[in-house]
Amino acid sequence: MALSADEVLAGLAELITDETGISADEVALEKSFTDDLDIDSISMMTIVVNAEEKFGVTIPDDEVKNLKTVGDAVTYITSNQA
Amino acid sequence: MTNSRIVVTGIGASTPLGGTAPESWSALLNGVSGAHTLEHDWVEQYQLPVTFAAEAKVRPDTVLDRPQAKRLDPASQFAMVAAMEAWADAGAPDVESERLGVDFATGIGGVWTLLDAWDTLREKGPRRVMPMTVPMLMPNAAAGNLSLHFGARAYARTVASACASSTESIVNAIEHIRAGYADVVIAGGTESALHPITLAAFASMQALSKRNDSPETASRPCSIDRDGFVMGEGAAALVLETEEHARARGAKIYAAVVGGGVTADSYHITANDPEGHGAARAVELALKMADVSADDVTHINAHATSTPVGDPNEYQALKAVFGPRIDDIIVSATKASTGHLLGGTGALEAVFSVLAVHERVAPPTINLTEQDPEVPFRISGTPTPLGDGQQLAISNSFGFGGHNAVVAFASV
Repeated sequence: MALSADEVLAGLAELITDETGISADEVALEKSFTDDLDIDSISMMTIVVNAEEKFGVTIPDDEVKNLKTVGDAVTYITSNQA
Repeated sequence: MTNSRIVVTGIGASTPLGGTAPESWSALLNGVSGAHTLEHDWVEQYQLPVTFAAEAKVRPDTVLDRPQAKRLDPASQFAMVAAMEAWADAGAPDVESERLGVDFATGIGGVWTLLDAWDTLREKGPRRVMPMTVPMLMPNAAAGNLSLHFGARAYARTVASACASSTESIVNAIEHIRAGYADVVIAGGTESALHPITLAAFASMQALSKRNDSPETASRPCSIDRDGFVMGEGAAALVLETEEHARARGAKIYAAVVGGGVTADSYHITANDPEGHGAARAVELALKMADVSADDVTHINAHATSTPVGDPNEYQALKAVFGPRIDDIIVSATKASTGHLLGGTGALEAVFSVLAVHERVAPPTINLTEQDPEVPFRISGTPTPLGDGQQLAISNSFGFGGHNAVVAFASV
């Protein structure tokens, strides 16, 4: 069963907290991964790989650069869930 | 070049005896063994011929915060814990970034990360192999991460000379400070390789003790019935600093690190030269750098791993340097308590040697049954006072590859 956008956001926040120590409260849709959350490229790829496993989606490398904000990632994941 | 003496102003360790240097030292003096039966499923799963080891007393990922720990192989986690302790112990010296160095060794590097990634690749495919895999498994990961953490920009180097690694790191650090490239160096070594593969491999070469029924007494250097070393894990770190720099900031000084020597055997890839020429030359180089004579040495922390051939070889090497006086010098073979930390062992024994000259007491060598007449070092099962005079300790480390490294510490 597909997850709602809120559920994906909560799950993504868990992955981000686990990787970076950033509080889940700070992970909001409008936040930029690089400018607001200060996530480097290796952490971003780690989060992507973990998100693929957690949500059962495939996020191609070419797509990752389009995921500027948390909201971009939530939208991509919710619309590409199996 | 600097003419200032180099001193030790901070120590740290995470070992089978304790999560800190003082805890490890206290357990060592109390005759505690860090070895025990391993309780991992893989021991039975792979039917390992050796079922015990000296695991670290405190897992480093319980000390570091999670995001930090996640980016470090366990070997680098141990390094970080030991170095943070040493740095705090030194009073977090105010030193220019460009004058602070890191010299941190490992024998094997991030073996857990490499093999976990291999498992992941086989089970889940390449996409699940984490992006941090390479920076976590590389042997210089500890040095690089310490440089990053402490803002060390003078240099960050990793020596890999197997079980001589971290003694060689200390020698490197001395040379680097003497050459004028740094005022303060965090030196040490780490190992976290208690993996079924390394246990199987060391057992396969008949290097490990097989006393599965008695892990605590298995490491018994100098005993006639010794049957191999006991694998350990952990890290130790020392803050080395010019005396001038240390005095200027009013730092506590444990000891002076007065000399170091490094040589190679070119004899056999694993066996020591039975005549110990390379080991003896390393001792002589350390004494020469320290500008002292063999007669000045009051304490030796021997490499003494408890292997049948290694212990007598070391005795022969030291006898060549010290003559009959070798039988009077108070020797400690602390691997009896700690097991063998491989790339971390030299730094740990350096910490013990520093504390020995500082507190004027040689730590005990536990587990002696009947002393082998071919290894008649003067050892004791209880702590031995070193007396009031000037103390000079040497700590020896020898590694596969024919590496010999010796470092000398003096009381201040």
